[in-house]
Amino acid sequence: MKSGSNLEKVLSSGQFALTAEAGPPKGTSAAAVKRKGDILKTCCDALNVTDNQTAIVRMSSISGCVLLKGMDVEPIMQMVVRDRNRIAIQSDILGAVALGIRNILCLSGDHQSFGNHPSAKGVYDIDSIQFIQLVKTMRDEHKFLNGEDISGDVPLYIGAAANPFADPFEFRVRRLAKKIKAGADFIQTQGIFDMDKFSRWMTIVCDEGLDQKVHILGGIIPIKSVGMARYMAKNVAGISVPDELVKRMQGAKDAKEEGVKIALETIEQLKEVDGVHGVHIMAIAWEDIVPRIAEEAGLMPRPIL
Amino acid sequence: MIVAEPKELAEVLEMVAPYDEILVVGCNTCMADCSAGGQKEVERLAKDLVAEREDLIVEKTTIPRQCSIKFIERLQDKVRGFKAVLSMGCGNGVQMLARQFPDIHVLPALNTRFIGAKDENGVWNETCMACGNCILWRTGGICPVTRCAKGLLNGPCGGSKDGKCEISKDVPCVWQEIYYSLNRLNLVHYLKDEAPKSGTRIHPRRVVKKDSRLQLLV
Repeated sequence: MKSGSNLEKVLSSGQFALTAEAGPPKGTSAAAVKRKGDILKTCCDALNVTDNQTAIVRMSSISGCVLLKGMDVEPIMQMVVRDRNRIAIQSDILGAVALGIRNILCLSGDHQSFGNHPSAKGVYDIDSIQFIQLVKTMRDEHKFLNGEDISGDVPLYIGAAANPFADPFEFRVRRLAKKIKAGADFIQTQGIFDMDKFSRWMTIVCDEGLDQKVHILGGIIPIKSVGMARYMAKNVAGISVPDELVKRMQGAKDAKEEGVKIALETIEQLKEVDGVHGVHIMAIAWEDIVPRIAEEAGLMPRPIL
Repeated sequence: MIVAEPKELAEVLEMVAPYDEILVVGCNTCMADCSAGGQKEVERLAKDLVAEREDLIVEKTTIPRQCSIKFIERLQDKVRGFKAVLSMGCGNGVQMLARQFPDIHVLPALNTRFIGAKDENGVWNETCMACGNCILWRTGGICPVTRCAKGLLNGPCGGSKDGKCEISKDVPCVWQEIYYSLNRLNLVHYLKDEAPKSGTRIHPRRVVKKDSRLQLLV
């Protein structure tokens, strides 16, 4: 075992994993984190805690993770290179391990110009691929980026993001390969609405044998309303929402029900796609729908290992 | 070239407020190319200043480059008697004048923006941030350190769409351009290699050439 995390155990045992997401509050309330933890506790193997997503200042990921851990929910600490240089990244990793965090998702982060402090200095001292490599070196060689020794173990299960829908399509698998080579153990993809494109991407991934080297979790974003579908199609970086899907939401009598249906259909399809080892449900401001989706998708109960 | 923009006239007036006489010094290479501080702009600024302050005596001169000591030395006679000089050079030009004439208050008339290129009429784009670790040979002649919003060395990130960057539809995704450029050159395998390391960015930077130093000592 690289980290001994529950997520690692589930994935290495060959079971179909389920992760979800909990965004920390724009404030100091521990209860807000715990409320999400309570909802999602039994229906996922691990819970992502976002790191100032969309560049909006929120409670830190690391503290959200600690709060979840305190209630026996396994966290996945998201960390972005937008706000930290290599000193801060390595320091936060040491602290996170000391606090019992065992999963990390290495991201570059949404550009600061999207957020509520658009004139903030973007750090980007290293990029996401160098970041993955850095964590792997810390874990496997017990060395900092400068080659100095680290005292103690750094048992972290290393995650990365992949977006099969961004351009240029033909380069996307190569970039995934680069992340795997750098040290990614698992991948959470961007939300999938365009199953054709995703399947084409997965076919190349499998042809190149990459599915043997990494666990890929397909991203699910349950849609609440036609407005949300339109908004994502237009405004959210890296998401591809086909017109038919917007039309389907538009024509639905009960938009929320239709959103759940779409999510369930997507999960069913993903179960059949070679090389997909789980799903990652990002129910933004709609956490309470995740237990139902997990149940109806036949993914309950979660394995206890 | 170095690209600069003229400061607002109000700020220039604030800088020159304590003085009755001012010498405006243009810089006729980069600053002329970016329409910020060449001879033409010197004339315009002098006119604008007098229009706002009738009492101000404005003299004008333009040298080929304010980054060369041999041209700055030619100003020796011109600056005599002035308490302040308004430089239309880049930030380096201003500092070289200030060093050469330590008893004169040298004022910047421009905001220096970047090293860049004129891409269309009236539009300049940043191309090089002088990182000190040039990788252009492996990125198809296009610099991601400068031109990618996140300065990624291993792009494109997940925000690249239809050739545009996630931050704005007006900003091209430079990693997509790099990809096409390397494809054209049959060098796309460069992108598969090890992730290049980030260069150092410790300020202030300095270049020392041992050969040249020896000559100076002789």
